[in-house]
Amino acid sequence: MNRTSTRTTRRPEQQGSTDANPTTTQQAPATPPRGSRRAGLKERLYWGASDIWAVTQRNLIAYTRMPEAMVFSSIQPIMFVLLFVYVFGGAMSTPGFRYVDFIIPGIFVQTVCFGAVTTGVGLAEDLNKGLIERFRSLPMARSAVLAGRTTADMFRNVFVVLLMTVVGVAVGFRSNTGFFSFMGGVFLLLAFAYALSWGFAVLGLVARNAETAQAMAFPLLFPLTFASSAFVPVGSMPGWLQAFAAHQPVSVVVDACRHLMVGGPGSPLAAMAWIIGMLMVLIPLAVRKYRKAS
Amino acid sequence: MDSAAIVASGLVKRFGDVPALDGIDFFVPPGTVFGLLGPNGAGKTTTVRILTTILRPDAGEARVLGHDVVTEAAAVRSSIGLAGQYAAVDENLTGAENLRMVGKLTHLPRSLVRERTVELLERFDLTAAANRPVKTYSGGMRRRLDLAASLVHRPAVLFLDEPTTGLDPRSRNEMWTVIEDLVADGTTVLLTTQYLEEADRLADYLAVVDHGRIIAKGTPAGMKAGLGSTVIEIGMPGEGSALMALQALAPLGVQPPTVDGTTVRLTVADGGTALLEALRALDAEGIAPTGVTLREPSLDDVFLSLTGHAAEASAA
Repeated sequence: MNRTSTRTTRRPEQQGSTDANPTTTQQAPATPPRGSRRAGLKERLYWGASDIWAVTQRNLIAYTRMPEAMVFSSIQPIMFVLLFVYVFGGAMSTPGFRYVDFIIPGIFVQTVCFGAVTTGVGLAEDLNKGLIERFRSLPMARSAVLAGRTTADMFRNVFVVLLMTVVGVAVGFRSNTGFFSFMGGVFLLLAFAYALSWGFAVLGLVARNAETAQAMAFPLLFPLTFASSAFVPVGSMPGWLQAFAAHQPVSVVVDACRHLMVGGPGSPLAAMAWIIGMLMVLIPLAVRKYRKAS
Repeated sequence: MDSAAIVASGLVKRFGDVPALDGIDFFVPPGTVFGLLGPNGAGKTTTVRILTTILRPDAGEARVLGHDVVTEAAAVRSSIGLAGQYAAVDENLTGAENLRMVGKLTHLPRSLVRERTVELLERFDLTAAANRPVKTYSGGMRRRLDLAASLVHRPAVLFLDEPTTGLDPRSRNEMWTVIEDLVADGTTVLLTTQYLEEADRLADYLAVVDHGRIIAKGTPAGMKAGLGSTVIEIGMPGEGSALMALQALAPLGVQPPTVDGTTVRLTVADGGTALLEALRALDAEGIAPTGVTLREPSLDDVFLSLTGHAAEASAA
C-alpha cells in the first residue's frame, strides 16, 4: 500500500543478520510472553523475584560506583556517636545505664531513619531521568522497581549497622543481653528501616525530584528522631512533649532495640506491630503512587 | 486491518483541561516504518506512551500486534521495544550491565542475555566502552546504548521517540544508518520526529501531528510532491522590490510565493530548473536580488502549507 516495495528489495540479502525477525508471524519472538496473565502463579512468582533481584543488583552496583558517597554518608552517624558520647554524654543522666549503652541503640535507629531518605531521593531521580519510563514498557513485575530499591537499601543498612556496631564498641558500648537478643535488636532495626524506606518511597514519588524529596524529609524526621527516647530519657521532657515522644514509633523501636541490646524497659512486640502496620499501609500506597506517577 | 502491527483509533488523552491527544487514528502494516511528524507538544510522545502501555488513553483504543494496550498490556510489553529522546539508561551502570539488566527484566534465559549483550555492544560499536560506566559516554553513545537496550529481546515492534533530537549531525547520521539496518531486518518501527529530513529518510508513511490531531497523512514522496522538494529564498534590496518580485514569481512554484520583509520564498518541485526560471523572471522585470538560498523544506514549511501557521511548540 505504500513504499514497502522499495524496502523488500533490500531485505533478502540482510536476512542473515543477527536481528532477523519474522515479523510476518504476529508473535513476540525469542520468548513466549511470560508476563501474560495466563502464566502460572509459580512462574509469576519466580519472575517477580527475579525482577526484584535485577533491580536490587542495579541499585547495589550504583552504590559501589559511588564509594565516596558511602564514605561520607557514614561519617555523619560516626560524628553523632562521638558528639553524644564525648560532648553531651557527661551532662546526660540516664538512670540504670551508662550513657554510651543508652545512646548507641538510639543512634542506630536515628541513622537508619535518615538513611531511609536515600530511597525516596533515588526513586525521584529515576523518575526524572526517564529510567522508570523504560521499566514501565518492559514485561517486568510492576512492583519490582520499588521492591528492588527498598531491598537494596536494606542491604546498605546491613553495612551501616555493622559499621556503627564497630564504632560503638570502639567508644565503649557493650551489649550484655547475649548474642541472640542483640541480633533480635538488629533485626528489629533493619525491619523498621525497611518500613521507613517504603514511606520515603511514597515521598519520593510525590516529590518527583531529588531536592524536593530531601527537603520534605527533614521536617518529618527531626521531630521523630529528636523528640524520641533515642538521645535522652523521655521522662526528662516537658509533659506535653512526653505524650508524643513516648508513643511515637521511633521511641517504640528505640526502646525495643535498647531492651534487646542492653536491657531496660521496651516492647519488641509493640515495635513489630508498628513495623507491620507501617508496611501494610505504606507498600500499597507506594505501589499506587508508582502506578499513577507518569 | 487485522494484519496491522499497530492500530490506533480515536485516541484521546487529557492532562487536566489540556487535551494532549484529540482523536488520533492510524495503522501501521508489519515491517514498515511509520513516522509521526510534529513540533514539541503536538502529542507525539503521548501517543508513544499510550502505545507502549505507559499511559492509559481517556478514550479510543489501540492494539499492538493484535493485543489491546490497556487490557492486554503484559502481552504488548513482551513484544515491543522503546527507545526515547531521554536516553533512559542507568548512568552508574556500565553499558554491558545496562543491557544485562534489561535482558533479565525482559525474562530472557540467562545464557541468551549474555549472548545478546555481546552481540548488541558489538553491533552498536560500544564493545570498547562496554565496561565503562555510562556517565562517561558521549551523547551519541548513550543514544546508541538506549537503542541497544530496546532491542535486547528482539522486539517485533520498535518505538523510537525522537531518536536523534539533540544529537550532532555525525551522530544523527550514524543513528539513521542503524535504524535503516533494523528496518531491513523486518522490524516494524514507529518513529516520532521534529525533522522533515529524518521522516523523509526513514519513514514509509507519515502522519503530521498538530495540537493532538493528525492534520495530514501520506508517503514522504507524496507530501513533498504537494509541498515541493526545494525552497528558494530570494533576498531583495527593499520591500518594494520584494513585492515586485512576488508578482514576477507568482506563476512559478507549487504554491503561491510568500514574502517576509525583503525575502521572497518560493517552494518548487525541481530546484535547479526552477531557480533558472525564477532568475530569468526577475531579470525580465529588471529586478536584481541581493542573495539567493536553496534549502530543503523544513517542518515549518510543512506546517505553513498545511495549516497556514508556522509550527509552534504548544505547552502540553
